[in-house]
Amino acid sequence: MTVRLAIPALILLAVAAIPFAAPSLQLLMNLALAKGIAVVGVTVLLRAGQVSFGHALFFAIAAYAAAFLSASMPGADLVLVLVVAVAGAAISGVLVGLFVVRYRGIFFGMLNLAFSMIFWSILEKFYHYTGGADGIRLPRPTVFGMALERGPFELIMFYLSLALVILLGWFTVRWFASPSGQLFQTIKTNETRLQYLGVSPQRALLTGYVLSAALCGVGGVIMGIVQGVVTPEFAWWIRSGEMVFIAVLGGAGSVAGAFVGAAIYEIVRTYASAFAGDIWQMLLGGFLLVIVIFAPKGVIGIYDATLARLTGTRANDGETRK
Amino acid sequence: MSEILLEARNLQIRFGGVIAADNVSLTIERGKNMAIIGPNGAGKTTFLNICTGWLKPAKGTVLFEGRDVTSLAPRRIVRLGVARAFQIPQLFTEHTALENLLISVSARERLRHPLQDMHTIRQRGEMLHLLDMVGCADVADRPVVELSEGQRKLIDIAVALALKPKLLLMDEPTSGVASSEKFKIMEILVKALAEAKVTSVFVEHDMGIVSRYADEVAVWAAGNVQMRGSPEEILQHPDVIRDVIGEAV
Amino acid sequence: MNLTIFLLALFDGIAYAALVFSVAVGLTLIFGVMRILNVAHGSLYAVGAYLTVSLTGYILALGFAPVLAFPMMIVSAVLVGVLIGGPIEWLLLRRIYNKPEVLQLLVTFAVFMILEDVQRLVWGTQPYFQASALQAMGMIRVFGVNYTVYQLIILPLVALVLLVGLRFFLRHTILGKLILATTEDREAAQSIGIDADKVFLLTFIVGAALAGLGGALASPTTSILPGMGADMIVLSFAVVATAGLGQIEGAAFTALLIGLGRSFAVYVWPETAVLVPYLIMLIVLLVRPEGLFGSPTARKI
Ligand SMILES: Nc1ncnc2c1ncn2[C@@H]1O[C@H](COP(=O)(O)OP(=O)(O)O)[C@@H](O)[C@H]1O
Ligand SMILES: [Mg+2]
Repeated sequence: MTVRLAIPALILLAVAAIPFAAPSLQLLMNLALAKGIAVVGVTVLLRAGQVSFGHALFFAIAAYAAAFLSASMPGADLVLVLVVAVAGAAISGVLVGLFVVRYRGIFFGMLNLAFSMIFWSILEKFYHYTGGADGIRLPRPTVFGMALERGPFELIMFYLSLALVILLGWFTVRWFASPSGQLFQTIKTNETRLQYLGVSPQRALLTGYVLSAALCGVGGVIMGIVQGVVTPEFAWWIRSGEMVFIAVLGGAGSVAGAFVGAAIYEIVRTYASAFAGDIWQMLLGGFLLVIVIFAPKGVIGIYDATLARLTGTRANDGETRK
Repeated sequence: MSEILLEARNLQIRFGGVIAADNVSLTIERGKNMAIIGPNGAGKTTFLNICTGWLKPAKGTVLFEGRDVTSLAPRRIVRLGVARAFQIPQLFTEHTALENLLISVSARERLRHPLQDMHTIRQRGEMLHLLDMVGCADVADRPVVELSEGQRKLIDIAVALALKPKLLLMDEPTSGVASSEKFKIMEILVKALAEAKVTSVFVEHDMGIVSRYADEVAVWAAGNVQMRGSPEEILQHPDVIRDVIGEAV
Repeated sequence: MNLTIFLLALFDGIAYAALVFSVAVGLTLIFGVMRILNVAHGSLYAVGAYLTVSLTGYILALGFAPVLAFPMMIVSAVLVGVLIGGPIEWLLLRRIYNKPEVLQLLVTFAVFMILEDVQRLVWGTQPYFQASALQAMGMIRVFGVNYTVYQLIILPLVALVLLVGLRFFLRHTILGKLILATTEDREAAQSIGIDADKVFLLTFIVGAALAGLGGALASPTTSILPGMGADMIVLSFAVVATAGLGQIEGAAFTALLIGLGRSFAVYVWPETAVLVPYLIMLIVLLVRPEGLFGSPTARKI
């Protein structure tokens, strides 16, 4: 039990030390944190047995909402930008959700993909408003009224992201264990019974869908602010696929796995892109096949199993259980 | 004259060539335990499906407490006080027995707090008691996939009871339960139903159980109610002995 | 909108529908028989197009007549079916027929990711253009509008042949009947001696070849570039879902609906052209979740 908690705590401490211990990794890690939060959104849906191939949609909606807000309100405050962006993602989550929660499995996955492709083509085609393929700039927001230099601002973003990772990760884990989170997860095993408990499966799924959209939105707006520019690539299917990949890599259904997966993914990608840039999708696809077929519980599953073997106890599967 | 809780009027439904409900009319009185008997394929499950809104009849109406519920979704009918246990247990297979009950009671109480652990809710004791009542206390923390068919049927009933319904519909509650246990379970169940003032309808093939625990019996054949009356009357009837009891033996 | 523009939009729509149908029909055939949605279907379409362009370029360079581009299309389709489709079914799908739907989706999605890079590795990112087949057939004049024979006559003809041929194959040949029997009830089919594994392999090869054929047919009419596979999988899914998964004749109808909707949008409000197919799908699914020709399946309890 103590080992289980000690290792994540150490990892968090190590990440918190990055801006001082290894500044060259700071930006990379910040992007990984942002992506990790978005991946938790995909993970939430996996808990209900659903996979979305279009969640980059909410990632992009939040990022563009932030960019539009900053454009119309120069010097807008960081907190306002975050709130508006995430609210944008959550509201779109309700609207899209009202439609897609009527479907499961193939339809759910593909309709999400369709929505993201629609948004992507709007971003590309209506370039008078969206800047087309070049995207639009997202100028640095002020922080409590102060316009900061790049260095301190990036530091603030880094620790803000880390704080959000902890807060949202904690919230999501707690929500999974709560009555409403449990009702949501029963979508995976028995909707008939759910109906005969007087609950609308659509409503139950919608709750989780909006949470997942908001989480993707948090990831997207952080990514947009850190990069300073938002492009249609934010909504592209490859990004959605990447999120699904990371969620499955980390451990389908595990919140901690989403963050571990995102960190591993970003690090490997950064160093591999030098010599494997051309075959990156191919590596991902190949890896995805291997995980899905041979290690469906992902990195966290392997971690649990290893710990269990070392300590000689049955793996505590409270968190990773799907 | 006692009060009518559920009333089915002229229900009709067909699947291709099969007429599964052929002008079915039946009233169920408050506080009674009614048994439905009849050969396989007679349309007993179909009747329960129509009463709970799972199937919409081509013709006819279902009234619950005088209110027309024919076109309501199952979950709306459940909210009015109708719970159901299934011929094939409908459980959350990745959850434990206790968790299945906790989820049920969470639904009943509409618990919403996003940060409260479901295992710490106030009704936990009540649910443990319910599990104990159906004789499954010892498997409370086992995932239901690992349990026997009989245990799953009992938990399915407990999940329905956790909703505190006015009317409980049970589809073959004791099939799959070891015959030595059947009477014990029914004994407890019928007592609990009486205590909680729950009306029940149960589909049953075991005539011993029917004669002992049913206040009334309805005989199903070829998509319709052929006969209805007290257990003594019905189980002695030559037609029933020939068509239903003979087959069940 | 004057008559000329109307006719142009009409012809565009028909030609486009014919192309989309030949891809979508493979997708829906595979789903109907194997209950698997092949997300990699769009990549097979793209590879079919690339292969055709390369092969046609090769034989033209050898000095053969442009009309030989047609056999090259068929060669490409068969190659896609046998060399790519076969191994996918044989090595991967076979392991996952009894797994949850999410897992099946992930597997075909992974194949999709792999094939997208394979295309880039083999053919690079430069657009290809090879219109010999189109030019070889010349133009035709209809009500004062000039249009290519290839798009106005050949493509719809091929689509029609596919539709009628597939229908005939499934209903009136032994092999087709075996496939249908396996679709209805796999266990029962096996118990009367049908080799379900072979049926699935064959179905997947045929379905993949149809995707390749779609790409081959499309190649003279458009430039071939990375990303066309991703567009096509979503588009053909839209066609198939609007019709109802597994509905072959229905897919022909919705392909036409979506093709015409899109081509008229091109002339009326071009920015929205890409959106129209999805809007049609969303509206149809909103009203009929099982698609225009699908029937709702109730779970037995
Ligand atoms: N959803 C359905 N689709 C098609 N046929 C059905 C359906 N439900 C029931 N049937 C048919 O209706 C008849 C009655 O079935 P059922 O009500 O399950 O009988 P019982 O419960 O009395 O054994 C059977 O012939 C059965 O095959
Ligand atoms: Mg039955």
